[in-house]
Amino acid sequence: MYEGVVQDLIDELGRLPGVGPKSAQRIAFYILQTETYDPSHLADVLTTVRDKVRFCEICGNVTEQTTCSICRDPRRDQTLICVVEEAKDVVAIERTREFRGLYHVLGGAISPIQGVGPDQLRIRQLMTRLADATVSEIIIATNPNVEGEATAAYLSRLLQAMEVRVTRLASGLPVGGDLEYADEVTLGRAFEGRRLVG
Amino acid sequence: MKVTHLSLTDFRNYQHAEVEFAAGPNLFVGSNGQGKTNLVESLVYLSTSGSHRTPVDTAMIRQDVGAAVIRCRVESEGRSVLLELQLNRSSANKAMLNRSASKPRELVRYLSTVLFAPEDLALVRGEPAVRRRFLDTVLIQRAPRLAGVLADYDRVLRQRNTLLKSARASGVRGSALSTLDVWDERLVALGSEIIDERSALIADLVDPVRDAYRAVAGGDHGPRLVPLLTVDGAQPDDDDASDVRAEAASGSTRDRFASAIAGLRSRELDRGVTLVGPHRDDVRFELNGLPAKGYASHGESWSFALALRLASAQLLRERSTTGDPVLILDDVFAELDQARRARLAASVQGYEQVLVTAAVFEDVPAALRTHTVRISAGTVVSQGDESQEWAPDEIVPSDVGASDE
Ligand SMILES: Nc1ncnc2c1ncn2[C@@H]1O[C@H](COP(=O)(O)OP(=O)(O)OP(=O)(O)O)[C@@H](O)[C@H]1O
Ligand SMILES: [Mg+2]
Ligand SMILES: [Zn+2]
Repeated sequence: MYEGVVQDLIDELGRLPGVGPKSAQRIAFYILQTETYDPSHLADVLTTVRDKVRFCEICGNVTEQTTCSICRDPRRDQTLICVVEEAKDVVAIERTREFRGLYHVLGGAISPIQGVGPDQLRIRQLMTRLADATVSEIIIATNPNVEGEATAAYLSRLLQAMEVRVTRLASGLPVGGDLEYADEVTLGRAFEGRRLVG
Repeated sequence: MKVTHLSLTDFRNYQHAEVEFAAGPNLFVGSNGQGKTNLVESLVYLSTSGSHRTPVDTAMIRQDVGAAVIRCRVESEGRSVLLELQLNRSSANKAMLNRSASKPRELVRYLSTVLFAPEDLALVRGEPAVRRRFLDTVLIQRAPRLAGVLADYDRVLRQRNTLLKSARASGVRGSALSTLDVWDERLVALGSEIIDERSALIADLVDPVRDAYRAVAGGDHGPRLVPLLTVDGAQPDDDDASDVRAEAASGSTRDRFASAIAGLRSRELDRGVTLVGPHRDDVRFELNGLPAKGYASHGESWSFALALRLASAQLLRERSTTGDPVLILDDVFAELDQARRARLAASVQGYEQVLVTAAVFEDVPAALRTHTVRISAGTVVSQGDESQEWAPDEIVPSDVGASDE
């Protein structure tokens, strides 16, 4: 235990996700000891981020206005919606530059253990977006884990009744890696999920 | 494949040890509590990414020390790899493969072992969970992909049970259950795959178990393996119902699982747990038409357990592209009579490498005593070819245990 405010800083940093006690201590001492580092900028950003940033009224992505820049962009294909769990997934897919449609951020995945059911996710809002029949395809891009798969299955059941095509992102091998380095669990499951080509 | 060198640092009661291995039989002798099982446990850990004795990794780090290191050279089909694993008390474990960073789980593909241990008696006499674990371990060794299927099934099961419990607690069945169908679907898909894989494995084990049992016991007692599937009505966890015998079921596993789940829905909601599926299945071992559990003698039960291990080694060997698995016989000879000892020794002799531990040198048949390593209080006292001439009593120095106080 350190004295007073030093320990407060370490405790506060340690409350952040992904920051363990050791990292918290390392960051705290970096802030304390590095003369060239000016913490006031971080402090400013931290205080304004909560005030300024909100969630897009349409898709749930983070934005500083009522709607996000993707929803406001008329060049985006209005007939496609890609459904993701978190805003960070939007960033990941945007980086690919492959997708020109719109997004819908659920805010998580179905997980009874964490007390998350359909009512805790932005599923009702998704249904509202489908009301005017502009959207012709929903691409479900939830994580390829147990909760993500369950969420995808729930959504596809729900969407069955609507006039909309439902697709699921293929999962399997991480792209850009050599087959040789894929672990056998991933590679083996990719084999199971193989598709007919051509 | 074979282990050629093992180096342990701060692992269990070893401060530091370097051990040379020979091809073929290697015998580790020492009195009780000196570190024989600890030594082979380090190899089991590398080959399965877990210990057979404890689910807690930190138990393997020497008392009052921060990290343990297992360093092991393995040779298979003429190629040599160096596996290194650091178990850390307060951070994630680290692995290296040929000196470059790797993942602990990746090491398992370079070393394959089959362990025979006194605890194996529980395969025959213990609870169904022991037999499920035995089957699943072999399944993963045969097809590593199944590790992912088993882990996912477990996760789905926990999610589904939580949902059932919360539905029971809240009393509102309708709305809280809007996702139950989805979990059912995942449970059935993953669970059916596990049921089918286990059934195929049991079928594959039948012949090798019969051969191995005859080889060890010296007589044919008609060993049989009967899958007990809860989706077909078996209730292995229920002691009162142990005689309920599932009828040969028809239809696909998925269909049977799905209809079993549907038929139990209201009971599951009352109990708040998932009542059928591979997590409740069992396999019954029989000798002469009677269940081994509850009927077989101690020696017969032991022979059955050994036959199961020998048979799984045989299956792994048949499918292996990297040579035989390394057989580890921890303390098994003391339990057997002379004739069975000799027959077990003969059964394992064809394997590339066999590691044997014993407290009493004479308990081990001479054929397995060609390379002997003496272990005392977490140190390797001597190694080499000294099969003939030493008195076991001399090996224990007076300062036993002094190194780990
Ligand atoms: N983390 C640890 N740190 C220090 N000592 C340990 C640790 N874990 C276990 N030990 C010691 O190791 C000893 C047990 O060693 P091991 O199980 O290998 O014995 P063994 O030689 O196989 O004996 P037996 O013939 O009875 O099976 C015990 O004395 C135990 O206290
Ligand atoms: Mg032992
Ligand atoms: Zn938006």
